[in-house]
Amino acid sequence: MLGLAVATTAAMQSCKMKTAATAVQGDAASKTYVAPGKYDEIYNFVSGGFNGQVSVYGLPSGRLLKVIPVFAVNPENGYGYSEETKAMLNTTNGLIPWDDQHHLDLSQTNGEQDGRWLFANANNTPRVARIDLTTFKTMEILQIPNSAGNHSSPFITENTEYVVAGTRFSVPLGSEDVPISSFKDNFHSTASFISVDKTSGKMDLAFQIVLPGMNLDLSHAGKGPSHDWFFFSSYNTEQAYTLLEVNASQKDKDYIVAVNWKKAEEYAKAGKGKKVPATYAHNTYDEHKQTATSEIKNEVLLLDPKDCPDMIYMIPCPKSPHGCDIDPSGEFIVGSGKLAALIPVFSFNKLTKAIDGKQFEGDFKGIPIIKYEAALHGEVQKPGLGPLHTEFDGKGNAYTSMFLSSEVVKWSLKDLQVLDRVPTYYSVGHLMIPGGDTKKPGGKYLVAYNKITKDRFLPTGPELAQSAQLYDISGDKMQLILDFPTFGEPHYAQACQASLIKDKQVKFYDINKNGHDYVAMGEKKANVVRKGNRVDIYMTAIRSHLVPDNIEGVFVGDEVYFHVTNLEQDWDIPHGFAIKNNPNAELLIMPGETVTLKFSPDKQGIYPFYCTDFCSALHQEMSGYLRVSPKGANVPLKFGTGETVTSVAAK
Amino acid sequence: MKKLSQAGLMSIPIVIICLATLWFFPMWRIDMRAPQYPDGLSMQIWINDVKGDVPIINGLNHYIGMKTIHKEDFLEFVFMPISIGLFMAAGVLIMVLKKKILYYTWTGIFLFIALLSFGDFYRWEYNYGHQLDPNAPIKVPGMSYQPPLIGYKKLLNFEVLSQPDIAGWCYIASGLILVGITYYEWKKK
Repeated sequence: MLGLAVATTAAMQSCKMKTAATAVQGDAASKTYVAPGKYDEIYNFVSGGFNGQVSVYGLPSGRLLKVIPVFAVNPENGYGYSEETKAMLNTTNGLIPWDDQHHLDLSQTNGEQDGRWLFANANNTPRVARIDLTTFKTMEILQIPNSAGNHSSPFITENTEYVVAGTRFSVPLGSEDVPISSFKDNFHSTASFISVDKTSGKMDLAFQIVLPGMNLDLSHAGKGPSHDWFFFSSYNTEQAYTLLEVNASQKDKDYIVAVNWKKAEEYAKAGKGKKVPATYAHNTYDEHKQTATSEIKNEVLLLDPKDCPDMIYMIPCPKSPHGCDIDPSGEFIVGSGKLAALIPVFSFNKLTKAIDGKQFEGDFKGIPIIKYEAALHGEVQKPGLGPLHTEFDGKGNAYTSMFLSSEVVKWSLKDLQVLDRVPTYYSVGHLMIPGGDTKKPGGKYLVAYNKITKDRFLPTGPELAQSAQLYDISGDKMQLILDFPTFGEPHYAQACQASLIKDKQVKFYDINKNGHDYVAMGEKKANVVRKGNRVDIYMTAIRSHLVPDNIEGVFVGDEVYFHVTNLEQDWDIPHGFAIKNNPNAELLIMPGETVTLKFSPDKQGIYPFYCTDFCSALHQEMSGYLRVSPKGANVPLKFGTGETVTSVAAK
Repeated sequence: MKKLSQAGLMSIPIVIICLATLWFFPMWRIDMRAPQYPDGLSMQIWINDVKGDVPIINGLNHYIGMKTIHKEDFLEFVFMPISIGLFMAAGVLIMVLKKKILYYTWTGIFLFIALLSFGDFYRWEYNYGHQLDPNAPIKVPGMSYQPPLIGYKKLLNFEVLSQPDIAGWCYIASGLILVGITYYEWKKK
């Protein structure tokens, strides 16, 4: 009787569902503990999704180090508000204060990370940004014409020759007014190739390949033997334009679009393209002038596959593929059909043979379709549900995220056998292994960026942070070692060893190299200049005073520009600047920098201004007054610091 | 007049070379550390210049009303190279004349310059630490900020360490050589 009771209890125990806590084992804490004063091993750059920015985390601690403003305004430091940075967010439709930032790619040389730049895409208003990794500042933003939903971007070629931008939403080229129902005839997807200058990093829209109307999803460049190629996954080759949920999920197979970009480059040089009018903004930040400028460009070069034979092939890929990932050797192309129950792995070697032997099974709007089996290396059977994206560890293994079954699945590239699986919390989107999409992945960590958070952290009302999990993948079995919250909605991420960029960080700007048009080189150069109703205030900031800090002779209706120069020449001594009732943001001014805040007072009054960044023991004293008088009042222009009624009388 | 021994003669170029380092290396260094300056701040005093984190130190010291340090304010940076230069030239002369009495005088002059320099350095440090702006934002009753002549001292949130630098050690070495050889020559007669 007792025996039966014990057996029943044991059986009931084993029926308990597994909880998240049971997944963590023994030494997880020691693997992620970074002692006070010690540094993380790795910089993890994480896309911000709908916050439009890029977050930087340290790994393995999961500590948030910085949010880099890229595609969204940032009142915290004045990005998009200061006169110097407004131009960065300029587009053909004026300043757009927000975007949806999905993917990142670190610049590479010979297929390895070189720690120079980070590229970021904007999905909503198609743009690509370049971030400098010595200052963690957005240096350049290029708008992409003839595009919508810039999703398969900003992936790069092995030597950062090109950054690509592929359209998620097909749209008509040019500005003709057409019915939505004419999708098949008038709508196109495009794959844009942006050249990157080897030394300066400057981007230029080299050419756009015009493709049939469909949705390009993700992409990755070939490497090694497949160096000349770029691969884009596609869905909605059904060419649906309404209720895509159903209508774009009908076909058994969509395609991986294989683009020979070397050929495309040759065709472009040989004049096979067509120059067409297209307007787009190219915004660049000049480090010397500390100011961004926006140039509107008027022309783009289009390449039509019809005029460019052997440039593009379609590889059938099951069920609306998302990820399109190339292994470190450059031989295997992994397509992840998000609605498929298997993962197809294509062989580059077989692909080239199939092209040579013309093993085609028809064409898609004139583009040859390669026979599925002819390019196939093999299929990973029953990997899980909803495969999305694959990264590699450089030890012959691939790791695929499974959105529906909420897990990471490790499998072998050699025999396509599943080796291990671990749960994620919950519904993982992208994965990231540091350098996992390069020739030399670091096989120590894997991060899962999840789409659903639920109960992972202390609840904060209905709107929650996202959750990420860090796994140790150095052994045979993947081991969950950390949970950490992420902000915005991370999609793809990148990471590199800290040593690659840590020692080249700029600590402050050399004031002697400050070429800003409105710099005040020292307090003696502080000044207030009126031209019509424009008032330029050349202000200096140094612990713990502003010069000038008393300003009179400004009137309602004036446009006042505070050009604040931070005279400090020491690490981590920024000053801030804000003025009362200004319908604008504040400024953070780094040492040696000049930044401008505009204020157009529409009411008479005394307006205090002050340093907003606690800079010293006398920070609270770092303030001043602007007197705004009624229009036409007889108040002479007067400014200074340290002058009082008694000190003036004494003179 | 007694002639210098071989050892005495040999010591002269060594002393001159030791002193020549003053033009290539700093002679004194003052290191400072505070919680918010984990890498520390450092000031190097050369025979004709003061280098290192001087602008940062000047910026910090204005809170407590200390004077700012400027190279131009130091007459020492003009006199010191001249006097040491002349002293080295005198050494060459003594090598030619080889007279003991001249060597003794040379050592005497060295000790005089050394004593004067240290005295002057102390006087500057005293004034630097005591002559405070009465309108300084931060006034700590009874507090002065004289840096240590040599060794360690805690001044408010800063720890200060003052010590000879490369050329300073060479200078001290040349002094020891001079005194040692003088003693040796004296005993020998």
